[in-house]
Amino acid sequence: MLGLAKRKTAVSTGLSVPVLLLLLAGAIFLVIGSLSSSIFAQQTVAGLAQGAIFGSLALALVLIYRATEVINFAQGELAMATTYIAYQLTLWGVSYWLAFFLTLVIAFALGVVIQVVVIRPVQHSVIAVVIITVGLFILIDGLVTWKWGADLKFMPAPFGNAVYHAGSVAFSRQDLGTLIVTIFSVILLWLLFQFTKLGLAMRAAALRPAAASLVGVRVNRMLALGWGLAAVLGAVSGLMTEPTQFLQPTMMQAILLYAFAAAVLGGLESPAGAVIGGLFIGVFLNLIGQYIGFATPELRLPMAFAVLLLVLLVKPNGLFGRRQVRRV
Amino acid sequence: MAALLELEDVTARYGPVQALHGVSLAVDEGQIAAVLGANGAGKTTTLRAISGTVRRDGQLRFAGKRLGRAGPDGVARLGIAHVPEGRGTFAELTVWDNLRLGGYTRRGPLKDDFARIQTYFPWLEERRNQQAGTLSGGEQQMLALARAFMQRSRLMLLDEPSLGLAPLLVTEIFRIVKELNENEGLTVLVVEQNAHIALQLAQTAYVLEVGRVALAGPSAELQQHESVRRSYLGY
Repeated sequence: MLGLAKRKTAVSTGLSVPVLLLLLAGAIFLVIGSLSSSIFAQQTVAGLAQGAIFGSLALALVLIYRATEVINFAQGELAMATTYIAYQLTLWGVSYWLAFFLTLVIAFALGVVIQVVVIRPVQHSVIAVVIITVGLFILIDGLVTWKWGADLKFMPAPFGNAVYHAGSVAFSRQDLGTLIVTIFSVILLWLLFQFTKLGLAMRAAALRPAAASLVGVRVNRMLALGWGLAAVLGAVSGLMTEPTQFLQPTMMQAILLYAFAAAVLGGLESPAGAVIGGLFIGVFLNLIGQYIGFATPELRLPMAFAVLLLVLLVKPNGLFGRRQVRRV
Repeated sequence: MAALLELEDVTARYGPVQALHGVSLAVDEGQIAAVLGANGAGKTTTLRAISGTVRRDGQLRFAGKRLGRAGPDGVARLGIAHVPEGRGTFAELTVWDNLRLGGYTRRGPLKDDFARIQTYFPWLEERRNQQAGTLSGGEQQMLALARAFMQRSRLMLLDEPSLGLAPLLVTEIFRIVKELNENEGLTVLVVEQNAHIALQLAQTAYVLEVGRVALAGPSAELQQHESVRRSYLGY
């Protein structure tokens, strides 16, 4: 009852030596490749920027999954909707970066409200929460299309269109900016969770709600905060997607699938895994698209899922998944 | 003097099943009180009713204040530390994070309390970065005591601290509980299957039978009581 007797104890951190070596080998491969070919370097950076977007949305999925054991299917649509809010703000004459930060605040509030109003009443039933998130997907999609229409909208470019040259390699300011903003927000979140009392309480509430309440943690409040933070991460991914995809109600749907693949690749419970999984998928898809002739853009999504399938067959808990160990 | 904790005619239920049929008990400040009884008598539920982890009715007063509808986090904030069955350890977190969570409701640094609790559990310092789930059962029980101590609560609710531990460890745990009670002024309400050790430790004891208090009194008297001897002490 109340999960107090749940003795499933995860003792491994999930970071195994083979996985670490694999990641190191991958990083070395990318560095050597980038040094020897400027196209390779360009594709790698663009892939990292794309991957950082996947990674931040994947991290949002993981945050919610750890607390509610449910994939929030509406995460992408929520990200899309918040991007439209930023668009509306810029229409009203708010400058891009002010609109950016206002949107993050609004996204946070939206996430909290959604948790309190529609998730909390049914949170004891996993299947009900799943159905609610699917319903939210449809609801948000419909509302956005009703309000702003389904045609493409354009926002001011956040980073401009400048291109930097390092030797023969050209990096777009857009890619670098995306990479910096998403990685920075991920790091901020990590600092919050790892080094603050609030972060600790949020982790405790997600891991063991019953035990957390016994030490005085207000579990429901922490879960609502978690949804708020996930929505903020989603908003970052949406806002960083807009410059390349432009605004349309479907803009985050494929990205949600990549983020899902990234999260599963990382082990679904592991925040670091989600981010690394996202970066991996972004770079992988870009390099394959560049160097494998038949890999046209239509094959991007199937290939992402081929990787996913392969990893799950070899390592069912994902790259950073924990082995569940029981201590009796 | 009014008791620190008073229960009057407390009932509790799990869905349709009534687990407590009107429990009344009182724990004085500075005391160790024990709740004994067979499996299913309502011992654990009594502690849960106090900490608000089960729906309860009746009068519950702590330090003169009515607990009313307070949930577990509210009760914890009032100064009651509940160490539940299974010890409530955050297995995935480090020892130190577990202790930090103990001090969660308090402001200010935890250093002094940590230093203080180390006099009872000196091994905590070198293990502070170890994942709590990798500790042995006895160490986890000690960590749970330390975490409860970090809450700086006036009352500790201990649920079956002996569960699954070797006899030597059980003695050790109870010795520390006694020390915490004597040196730190911690009031303790302990639920225990092992009636022997519980009656040695506690000044007052309550025997529950099917959700009611069947017998109550000073431990020394209960030890002599015919039915307690036969049912719980085995001689």
